[in-house]
Amino acid sequence: MTAFLKILRPGLMTSVQDLGRSGYQSLGIGSSGALDPVALRAANLLVGNNPGEGALEVLYLGPAIEIEAQSVRLSFVGARTTIEILPNIEAKIGSCIEGQRSVLVKRGEIVKIRSIVGGASLYVGIEGGLNIDPAFGSVSTNIRAATGGWRARALMEGDQLPLRRPQALDRGECRLDGITFFPSARIRVIPGPQLHYFEEAEIAWFFDSEFTVGTSDRVGMRLRGQRPLQHAKGFDIASDAIAPGSIQVPGDGQPIVLMADRHTTGGYPKIATVISADLPALGRLCIGSKIRFESVTVAQAHALRREMLSFLEDLPKYIVPISRLSAPFAPRLFDYNLISGVVDARTGLANPEE
Amino acid sequence: MVDYRVLPAGDTAIVVEFGESIDRQVNAIVLALDECLGSERHEGILETVPTFRSLMVYYDPAAISQAALADHIAGHIRQIQVSDRPSRTWRLPVCYDTEMAPDLSDVAARAGLTTRQVIERHSGLVYHIYMLGFLPGLAYMGDVPEELVVPRLRTPRLKIPAGSLCIAMAMSLIVPRETTSGLNVIGRSPVAMWQPDDGALLKPGDKVIYQPISLREYHDMAVRLEAGNLKIEPVTEQSEIAA
Repeated sequence: MTAFLKILRPGLMTSVQDLGRSGYQSLGIGSSGALDPVALRAANLLVGNNPGEGALEVLYLGPAIEIEAQSVRLSFVGARTTIEILPNIEAKIGSCIEGQRSVLVKRGEIVKIRSIVGGASLYVGIEGGLNIDPAFGSVSTNIRAATGGWRARALMEGDQLPLRRPQALDRGECRLDGITFFPSARIRVIPGPQLHYFEEAEIAWFFDSEFTVGTSDRVGMRLRGQRPLQHAKGFDIASDAIAPGSIQVPGDGQPIVLMADRHTTGGYPKIATVISADLPALGRLCIGSKIRFESVTVAQAHALRREMLSFLEDLPKYIVPISRLSAPFAPRLFDYNLISGVVDARTGLANPEE
Repeated sequence: MVDYRVLPAGDTAIVVEFGESIDRQVNAIVLALDECLGSERHEGILETVPTFRSLMVYYDPAAISQAALADHIAGHIRQIQVSDRPSRTWRLPVCYDTEMAPDLSDVAARAGLTTRQVIERHSGLVYHIYMLGFLPGLAYMGDVPEELVVPRLRTPRLKIPAGSLCIAMAMSLIVPRETTSGLNVIGRSPVAMWQPDDGALLKPGDKVIYQPISLREYHDMAVRLEAGNLKIEPVTEQSEIAA
């Protein structure tokens, strides 16, 4: 019996991602991986997978998926959205659920993810995972490098993604309780590596300023400030390696934060680098978001990283079963949780304006 | 005593920088350090990325502190030997026929040379691979003779084919895949720089000699390479002579 997820509509940019690949940047292959690895992990845990299993990353506008398997358990974690489940392809109306939970769907049913709000990214966890061979140690799609994922590209209409499991396991559904996936308005960075390409006053201005997220994709996030940043001694450097979260300042003085699908090397000075603990929050920022950068030391960043790792370790504790009786109400209750701001404050995952 | 500095690139990587400009001796130090770190598999060092004049070292802060990492690297740099690194030399066929070299005549005109002289000068030296980057398998080969260093095109091309031989400042590049580009294209190689299963053909520190071939030879080699009847191997494994 065949077991596929058939893509009826791809959404704006839906791709297969896991936690990324390591060890090939010296060949020119970047790390890729989920923009929000916390949400990816949670999506996998909700369907009983290893946290680093490949899942679908949805940006801004969700796909419509037809189930071509006896049954499959999916989960939806990240920015807020409504998921509509239709009984078949002809049906006009289905039942709606909110995200941050798992759901069992059956052959012929259609899963429609509507536009997502309050963040850029949403992850669709798939029980048992997709039957896709890893490329260079990962199933993450890197479009620029034409590597990995499903045919090394974003999903398209008509794609049939093979499932490892022809039928879902017989168990109950789960939801997340006490975690939110808001983007953060404050992103912490370590100054440098090319700090010496900017005057001190210019660096101070950078940390005093608010930036608006402009055009943004998996490669980079353009920022618009009140004015362009001035370089002290030109903007051409002999190309060097680019770490995730590097904030490069090209000739026009408008910074670009380099994301998961960045090129491995580049020739613009980098004024600062986003700390690893804040990369997931960075991955949630959407076009139009306002952000500020806060300078921290390497020691502070390492302490924040330890907190993040211990939070990731504790992720299973945030998963609670949805009891059959309360199931129809659970999504609504969860929505209240979001509003009341029950979050893990240590990690900075919450919206600080809350 | 080698002069260098360590710069943080976030909290999981450092840049060990040996200079600001593109220089073979500086690059030789970068590659020697990369080889030291790559061969020892020290705990906490996850990945290294050599570039023209610096080495990025990704590390796991849970396994090694930044200070301990910097000390460890300092120890290597004190003992670094750049003179006897083995290097491979490749002879890469390149077709400079105008059909595959849309910018050859412009480059010649700017240099005040004939296209034949440009081909002779461009293919008349041994190139050093400084680094791979930007795209999978894209090698930065230098140094292009000064008179052939030309500015980028005013308007980038939407597509240049895989194998295009380009000039990017003092670097000669063979693009591994079809890409948009503002670089001057002066030829094309039938050899794949990147194979999805095997990875990159070239590596930093390798030497490259371009072997001019005719349009006919290009097509013939392209067919044989595609069919697997022709395989490009390095011509020698020799010791690098310190520049």
